[in-house]
Formats: sequence, structure tokens, C-alpha cells
Amino acid sequence: MLPLCISHGDLVKLFVIALLATTALAVASLFVGVSEISFFALLSGESNEKMLLVLGESRIPRTAALILAGAGMAVAGTIMQLLSRNRFVEPSTAGTVESASLGMLAVLLLAPDLPVMMKMLVAALFALAGTALFLGILRRVPLRSPVLVPLVGLMLGGVINACTTFFAYRYDLMQAMGAWTSGDFSAVLRGRYEVLWLALALTAAAYFAADRFTVAGMGKDFSTNLGLDYRKVVALGLLIVSMVTASVVVTAGILPFIGLIVPNLVSMAMGDRLRHTLPWVALSGAVLVLLCDTIGRVINAPYEIPVGSMLGIIGSIFFLSMLLRRRSRAA
Amino acid sequence: MIEFSGVTKVYGSTTVVDDVTAQLPKGGITSIIGPNGAGKSTLLSMIARLIPCDRGTVLVDGLDVARTSGETLARRLSILRQDNHMTARLTVHDLVAFGRYPYSRGRITADDQAHIGRALGYLGLNDLGDRFLDELSGGQRQRAFVAMVLCQDTDYMLFDEPLNNLDIRHAVGMMKLLGNAARDFGKTVVVVLHDVNFASCYSNHIIVMRDGKLFLQGSPREIIRSETLEQTYGCPFEVQELGGNRIAVYYT
Repeated sequence: MLPLCISHGDLVKLFVIALLATTALAVASLFVGVSEISFFALLSGESNEKMLLVLGESRIPRTAALILAGAGMAVAGTIMQLLSRNRFVEPSTAGTVESASLGMLAVLLLAPDLPVMMKMLVAALFALAGTALFLGILRRVPLRSPVLVPLVGLMLGGVINACTTFFAYRYDLMQAMGAWTSGDFSAVLRGRYEVLWLALALTAAAYFAADRFTVAGMGKDFSTNLGLDYRKVVALGLLIVSMVTASVVVTAGILPFIGLIVPNLVSMAMGDRLRHTLPWVALSGAVLVLLCDTIGRVINAPYEIPVGSMLGIIGSIFFLSMLLRRRSRAA
Repeated sequence: MIEFSGVTKVYGSTTVVDDVTAQLPKGGITSIIGPNGAGKSTLLSMIARLIPCDRGTVLVDGLDVARTSGETLARRLSILRQDNHMTARLTVHDLVAFGRYPYSRGRITADDQAHIGRALGYLGLNDLGDRFLDELSGGQRQRAFVAMVLCQDTDYMLFDEPLNNLDIRHAVGMMKLLGNAARDFGKTVVVVLHDVNFASCYSNHIIVMRDGKLFLQGSPREIIRSETLEQTYGCPFEVQELGGNRIAVYYT
């Protein structure tokens, strides 16, 4: 955890160092995989055509996708936690991801030939509706314990997932569904991940609205008192969260728990003033996904453990410890 | 001046605030007192457009709060409700700085910086600026919220139970501070108070609510009397003159 007395200038320096470390990690991840690519061969110009092909078509897109998806999901989680005013909420505990997934299935059933961008937009529309439903339930059913909020989200997600599974089963699409319900970057190739750059654009948009999200995170009354149109900020937040989630689900599948782990750790270390913390959230999300994916490629080589499974393990442990910590503090 | 006429709020079959009409004078402290469930907090929230009125209108300096833009109102009127549960993890300094949001939209200017420093100083929070709100005691947190409202520097400042969580020293300090703000800076302060003696000692004007209706209003001298208080709260009161203030005794 960072010491609290650290100055803003030091924090900026620290961020630059962290950024460099992340870049190094990203470069390293380019050289991890079944097909041998040597860093030195590339440098000395002794690389062959195959190496460059693998690098350009698969490795670089994969690493870029990991960074974009990780940063995007972490930022989406932060926004959701502020808007729902609950530390346990993120796209995979609020029905957002499941709704996006249902949207994907709908596209697959009704209009399988749509371009990726359109698929993403349909999924985003579903995600938006699902998340709005979740927030609507929260508004109507006041929950006394903060722990109940993600439970409601998980139940909602379960119900939506049941619908998805039903239709997938009826139309023999279970296998296709499996491809995007578990987050996996092994199929990311050039031309198949570019929609994620949109997630980056949205993350940047979130940064410009950072102060608004922080004020909204103080609650509706505080926002109104400070002259902020609370509903507009919530709508903007939902839009960003849905589009980011949908673009990740469409390209790589579900990446659970990043939106939970990263925002909580950053908040513990440096609070929720998003103008200062959002760059850290994005960077940490990217690092976490990069790390999980790279480890998944290494520990069972030449096979891969999908990054979704890696995150599921790490994330569920983190989620449980958060719940237990909360309970012991309440007791 | 704050004027409201025919203000009404209905939840289901209960009318929480029932056709209340009044004018709050500009300047000074106006206290709203009354038993639990009298509709004090709801009335205050309606004045500050946190809750929409079902019927009636609220005018602040002639501006209808239901129609005026949030930004414009945020520079004229501020409100602090009670029970401010905050999940966002902010430092005291950041919280107070957000009081300048209506002016600077988050880009703090030198002028804002001066306001922030002053507000922190007034509430004795200089040493706590870098602490997170969730690391503070209830009283310190309450002072931080009040500092944010002061930093907002509006002509009208509304507080719902500002003495919540404060010990006696800080409660007295808070009322004196509000009195100074009204006297020295020409602010208009409206407070919902439970303690009738604080209302008696510090108010220029008192409004008494009962069963959602405006029951009485007037100066402390007119309101703090045993008959009126007994009618308001439904229990025996003895009012004595002490050091120029009227003090109600109701403990036994």
C-alpha cells in the first residue's frame, strides 16, 4: 500500500515508473508462446518471415487486446462501484456481462453475419438494459446490508444466464457460447480485436468525466447539492460500462473480477478521487490481465489456461476475503 | 428570501408535509423544530430540491427551485442532510474541495484554494486534511461535511440536524460558527434542530412543525414558552429565563 503522505509530484513519477514496468511486461508477453520468437533474433535482424508473421498477426494483437481489455474492465468496475455506491459491484456481479452474453447469442441466432462492430453494439445494448435493470432493482428494493447488493446482481446474472443457456441448448449453440463465456485471448488475431480500441476511447472519455463520477459517487443528494445532474452522470456511466463490457465480451469473452479486484485495491491505497486514481486503475487492470494471461501460457505449456479461469481463481479468493473482512469489521 | 407556498409531499396514504406556506427572512438563523415525523426534514429537502414537491412551489430569491438549473442553484443554496453515508473514499481536503465544484467544475483555482483553507480552518480540520473520511470519528466527519458546505459559499445554507454526532463543545462551536456566518457574512442559515434550547439561544426565527403542518412561527421569545412547547411535543415543559436566554427544562 502506498504511504499517504506521498506528494502529487512523487505520485506522477511513480506512475511513470509503473508505466515503464508495464511496457516491459507487455514486451515480454510478446515472446511467450508455442511458436518460438527470439528477442535477439529480432534485434539482430536474423528474424525469419514466420516470426514476423506470428508477431504481427497474433502476438502483438493479443498483447494489445490484453492491455485494452484489462484497463477497460477495471475502469468499468470503478465506475459501477461509484454509481451503485457498493464496493462489491462490477460488470460480472451486476448482470452486465450476462446480458452482453445474451446479446451475443441473439446476434448469433438472428443475424450471424453482422460485422463485429454491430455485434458489439447489440451486445452493448443488452448490457445497458441489464445493468439499468440491476440499478432499478437496487433503487426499488433498499438493501440493508452492502453484501446483499452483489448477491442480487449474481442472481439477476444467473436468471439471464439461464435464458441464454436455454436458447443456446435449443439451437445447438452451447459450444459456440462456451467460446465467449470463458475469457480467452488465444483466438485474438489481427482484424478480430480492433473493436477494443473503442474501449480505450471510452476509458479516456471516463477520465474526462472523472470529477463528475466522483461527485456522483458521493450520492444523489450531494450531487444535486453541487449542481450536478445525477441522472445524466449515471446514464453516461452506464453507457461507458456497457460498451466496454460488450467490446471485451465480443473479442475475448468474459473476464471476471478485474472490475472488483483492481478498483478496491486502488481505492484502499489512494482513495476514490478519480482524477488522480483512474490512470492507476487502468494501468493495474492491464497489468493484472497481462500477468494472468502470460502465466496461463507458461504453467501448462504448450497448452494454455484461459485467462478467464486464472482470473476466476484469483478473483474469487479476493472476493471471499473481502466479504469476510467486511463481516469481521461489522461484528 | 426563501418563500414556499402550498408545499405538500405525500407518500402512499400519508401526507408527510401538508400544504405548508411560509417566508423565511433573509439573513440570520431560522430553526425548524418539532416532534419526530413532523415533516421537518422533508420540508428542508423540498426547499433544497432534493425531493420534488407533489404540490406547491419553492422560490429562492425569486427562482423556482423546480425549474432553475442545478448549477445556478448550487451557487445560491446548499444543503447538508443527516446520515451522510459515503462509500466513495475521499480525504477531508478532497471532500471540502468538492464544495467548489459549482464554481470550478473540479479545476481548482487559487480563489478556490483560499476558500478550502478557510473552511478547513473554521472547523478545526487543518490537521485532518489528508485523512480519509472513513478513518475519522463521527463528529470529525460531520465537521468535514459542514466544511464542504461552507466552502460552497452560498447565500443560503440548509442543515438537517447539524449537531448530530457532536459532543457539547463541538455542538456549541458549530452553532456559534453558523451564527458568525449569518452575522458577519450575511448568510441565511436554516437548520432543523432537535434541541429546543439551541434553537432558543441561537435562532432569529423559529418555525414549529407538527403533523406535517406549519404549527407556529415567530421569535424565540414567542415560541419558547411552556404552553407552546407542550402543545408541540405533548409533554411537560418548564421554561426559565437564564442569562438573557429562554431555557426549556423537560428532563424530569
